[in-house]
Amino acid sequence: MFGIYRKILTTGVLTEKFARKKRLSQQVGLEGREPELDEIGKKLKATIDKRFAGSLHIRQVDAGSCNGCELEIHALNNVYYDIERFGVHFVASPRHADVLLVTGPVSRNMEAALRRTYEATANPKWVIAVGDCGACGGEFGVSYASCGAVANVIPVDAVVPGCPPTPLDLMRGILDLFSR
Amino acid sequence: MNETNELAHDVALSMEPAEHFHLELSNRGVESKAISPSPLLPAHFLEIVKPGDWGKVASVAKDQAWRWAAGWAEDEGNLFSVSVCLELQGTYLVLRTRTDSGNPFLPSHAPYFVSANRPERHMRDMFGIKFSGHPDPRRWTRHQAWDSETYPLRHAFPKEGQSPGQTPPDKDYPFFKVDGQGVFEIPVGPVHAGIIEPGHFRFHAVGETLLSLEERLCYVHKGIEKIAEGRTAESLARLAGRVSGDTTVGHAFAACLAMERAASLEVPLRASFIRGLLVELERVINHLWDMAAICNDVAFAFAYYQFGRLRELWLRDNQALFGHRLLMDRIVPGGVNVDVNLESSERITKSVKFLRQELSELVTIHDQNSSLEDRLVTAGHLRVEDAKTLGALGFVGRSSGQSFDVRKDAPYSPYDQLEVTVPVENQGDVASRFWVRYKELWVALKLIEQLLEKMPDGEIATPWVSPSPDAEGLGLVEGWRGEILSYVRFGEDGRISRYYPRDPSIVNWPALEKLVLGNIVPDFPVCNKSVNGSYSGNDL
Repeated sequence: MFGIYRKILTTGVLTEKFARKKRLSQQVGLEGREPELDEIGKKLKATIDKRFAGSLHIRQVDAGSCNGCELEIHALNNVYYDIERFGVHFVASPRHADVLLVTGPVSRNMEAALRRTYEATANPKWVIAVGDCGACGGEFGVSYASCGAVANVIPVDAVVPGCPPTPLDLMRGILDLFSR
Repeated sequence: MNETNELAHDVALSMEPAEHFHLELSNRGVESKAISPSPLLPAHFLEIVKPGDWGKVASVAKDQAWRWAAGWAEDEGNLFSVSVCLELQGTYLVLRTRTDSGNPFLPSHAPYFVSANRPERHMRDMFGIKFSGHPDPRRWTRHQAWDSETYPLRHAFPKEGQSPGQTPPDKDYPFFKVDGQGVFEIPVGPVHAGIIEPGHFRFHAVGETLLSLEERLCYVHKGIEKIAEGRTAESLARLAGRVSGDTTVGHAFAACLAMERAASLEVPLRASFIRGLLVELERVINHLWDMAAICNDVAFAFAYYQFGRLRELWLRDNQALFGHRLLMDRIVPGGVNVDVNLESSERITKSVKFLRQELSELVTIHDQNSSLEDRLVTAGHLRVEDAKTLGALGFVGRSSGQSFDVRKDAPYSPYDQLEVTVPVENQGDVASRFWVRYKELWVALKLIEQLLEKMPDGEIATPWVSPSPDAEGLGLVEGWRGEILSYVRFGEDGRISRYYPRDPSIVNWPALEKLVLGNIVPDFPVCNKSVNGSYSGNDL
């Protein structure tokens, strides 16, 4: 049991903030730090505080993705990005969501499920299409099996391109939508 | 055993498995032609002359304990060819037969091999080939995007399909029913409650105990096989890298290997070493992530954040050293497009050292945590016999006694020059799938060091030269989930005419239906995570 406490203490807080920079420099892998994270995070938090009383709920929907985008969306919740501290929460039901974060291309086999998920989301709601596939069909395009871009199936408010977009791209995308 | 039989037995033992198979076919009156040299090296190649013998062929394969690895079909105009890849003790053998495309009909392999079940249903949906004796008459890949009389992988079927209107929901799929007092049904999905790929699970339970699970997949079927047609080699490598986003390196490697073999193109040794390095990096990040997620599914948040933290460091290394966090599009036909210099080699070595140190610390904590043990040990047990019957691959197979690993049993460059150890356990539960991943992680770290140490000088790619029309090739690599098989055929102008990727998930998904039985409903997520099949890689 003490092992856990010791490890928690020695690992320290890795969540990226300027204030912790000094302590963090003892850790390996910091060459790849995200210098912009703090700035984007602060703006994101301010925007969410103002427009959503501090908490924005996102329901992620994989509508046909290769799973690459999901990996990066997951990374938003790891200790480095810890997107919850800015007020962004991933929820289990579209009924709890303000935003649908949809990865594509929308496969025809997921088309009806995506429409239903959209309908189940309460107004006001926003849709962010994630990844090159969600944005324009990407590597898969439109075919007998794929509807291509998310916008071909449900109304889209913002697009975050990338294959896959990095966690920072995703944060920037959410920020851009609500800073308009 | 009399003397003649004994002699025959000895002869059989001294033979190559493929020769032994060929001999047994002729003993049973099956007419077959061995093509030598095989067009699908390293696999041996046999043509089965009469399609009516196709079932007998499976029965011989079953008797000789071959593993049914993959099956795919091709539209040749008046004929459809069906190919099956078998494996025994590291020897691969491809069998091919042809059936009239006007009335395509073959005896099924599914009565002999469970792993043939879904691939044959896929061929039925995509080509309209009927498999007599197949135990499951229901559609699989087809939902409602095309009708039952049209077949997307026939050449006559237009790539864009036929109905531009809205696709209706797939609401009348005939799921199996379980009746009895107190039995209730739980439908889950396709949209799940987390950040996860879509698929449908139909459970039957009494109280908390699971009586049955039926998977209904193919929700993310994107027509990969169809849209591969007409692509250039380079463009196919990009598509292969998106068969399953978490296995981007593995699939691109397998597809490039298949294309290079078709083109008889020799890849520089340095390129092979870098490919090996990228695959091992992919193994490290995925195993770390799975170990994190398994712990998360039993509410051990500490380990979730610890393993997740370590994974993020490696993703950032990937970005800094190779320009992409998930290493997409780094493997190209003819080699790779990223090099390893002294600086990157030092950084990787440092990360390996750091990870070892961290893992050693974390493993002690794990070992001492009895509540974790309570949840993982005995949960989701896959029996050794079941794993064998299913032909389970990767860590799913290796936790249930199936030691097969392409890197060791059928080594390809660069693994033919490295020492690969393969951890195998017989415990077969979630805990075992966790620990086998952990051990594989250590092996991967050792391989990374070996690869960096022995990295030869030279070019990192050789210019791509398109093969002649009809050239075909087979790529077999050990991805982080297990054996990946990639079949490629070229058409005119160096364009792809057929691509079939067989992700290990296609074989491993049915294992989940078995291993959850008797577990409680709330343990399903951790059981599922311990297998972690790719939906995208399965659905194509």
